[in-house]
Amino acid sequence: MAIPDLVPLVEALVFAAEKPLDAAQLADILEAEQMNIIQALDELAEFYDRHPRGIFLHQVAGGFQLRTRPEYADFLRKLGRRRPFRFSRAAMESLAIIAYRQPITRPEIEYLRGVDSGSVLKTLMEKHLVRILGKKDVPGKPMIYGTTSEFLELFGLADLASLPTLQEFSELTEDAGVDGMSPSHLAASSEESDLVGSDGFSSEH
Amino acid sequence: MNLYEVHLDNFTGPLDLLLHLIKKNEMDIYDIPIAAITSQYLEILDAMQTLNLDVAGEFLLMAASLVHVKSRLLLPKVVDDESEEDEDDPRAELVRRLLEYQKYKEAAVALDEQPKLNQDVFSRFAPEPEVLEKCDGGFVEVSLFDLLAALQDVLRENPEPLFHTVDVEQLSVTDRINAIMSRLQGHQSLAFYDLFPDKVERSDIVVTFLAMLELVRLRMVRFMQNKRFGTIWLMTSVEVTPDELELGEEALGYS
Repeated sequence: MAIPDLVPLVEALVFAAEKPLDAAQLADILEAEQMNIIQALDELAEFYDRHPRGIFLHQVAGGFQLRTRPEYADFLRKLGRRRPFRFSRAAMESLAIIAYRQPITRPEIEYLRGVDSGSVLKTLMEKHLVRILGKKDVPGKPMIYGTTSEFLELFGLADLASLPTLQEFSELTEDAGVDGMSPSHLAASSEESDLVGSDGFSSEH
Repeated sequence: MNLYEVHLDNFTGPLDLLLHLIKKNEMDIYDIPIAAITSQYLEILDAMQTLNLDVAGEFLLMAASLVHVKSRLLLPKVVDDESEEDEDDPRAELVRRLLEYQKYKEAAVALDEQPKLNQDVFSRFAPEPEVLEKCDGGFVEVSLFDLLAALQDVLRENPEPLFHTVDVEQLSVTDRINAIMSRLQGHQSLAFYDLFPDKVERSDIVVTFLAMLELVRLRMVRFMQNKRFGTIWLMTSVEVTPDELELGEEALGYS
């Protein structure tokens, strides 16, 4: 059982914090045992799960953050706080390759994609989603790249281990009736492969 | 042959285009009819060129590889009854790359479907696109890459002049070290860019930069910044007056 006062305290801190807070930081601030903090976080997460609230406790980038529920996205977007953007497919491809294969060099990315990735890589670095981890100790000393904690925050991932599982094998039995490569075509193919749950919440538990 | 509607933007690369053709024709990826796929692939490249689209080099390279694979298929095999199968199928490399590529292509779609911060889920503090630099937080160490990027910024603003300089100006790193240290006196920190006045000789910039590096090496200043890509600050780490410094150019190795 968590210390009763700890749950609302933890809630207040997570609510007011600018960035995701982890249990160690909370324990520091509250001068409490980390174990009790974890219990309080568990209890808080459970509370948000059980009661129909607009926000939930999301484990992200190694910490915890209160976020609005994805199913309310359409309404929240009307607040217009942020201009919606979409990643190009080239950017998403490169980002996925870096996320799953890091640390990785640019030639390795380009071999996997079969195409020059310099400008895409630059954009991802500018958006702080990818960073240089260092140099690889091979001839030429190529830079090695990896993802940032901003990447985890953007995609709501607790850590790299909570990336959607890579589909090792997937038969190319696509419905052949689809003409061209329209966005709807992409959506259809991903529904079939069923890589993420429809709510995308699975990483939370 | 069908007429293909070509949207170049829809293909992120030659592997993507090949996968599309394989799906469209319901081909078996482990037994790709190279001749058929090559002719369709080339047809699309032709169409791209007709539309005056620049065909990226990678697409042409793939076309060459396809033809190469086909030519190897046509060559009589050295018959080795034991292991003539898959092992030396010239298509194996291509198949492996296609499968690997497809794996990440699907992963990208799955990742893109995750609820994204400020798109699908919102937190109270949405990081603003252009946040003002805050000076309250702690400092973090500047990485070598940030430092080099900062040097490059300064060098870019002061491009190499197109004329020859005939007069030789003696620049001393020691003098510059002393100059920096006296500027630092009474201050806790100086911004990196403030140490480079406008319209300065490039050799001057180099000497100033070397002086900074020397100071860091001597542990008299440290490079710090508030946040990634933030301003780089030179911060004093010890109180030293310039005359306490007994640095000869020889000692520094710049004589």
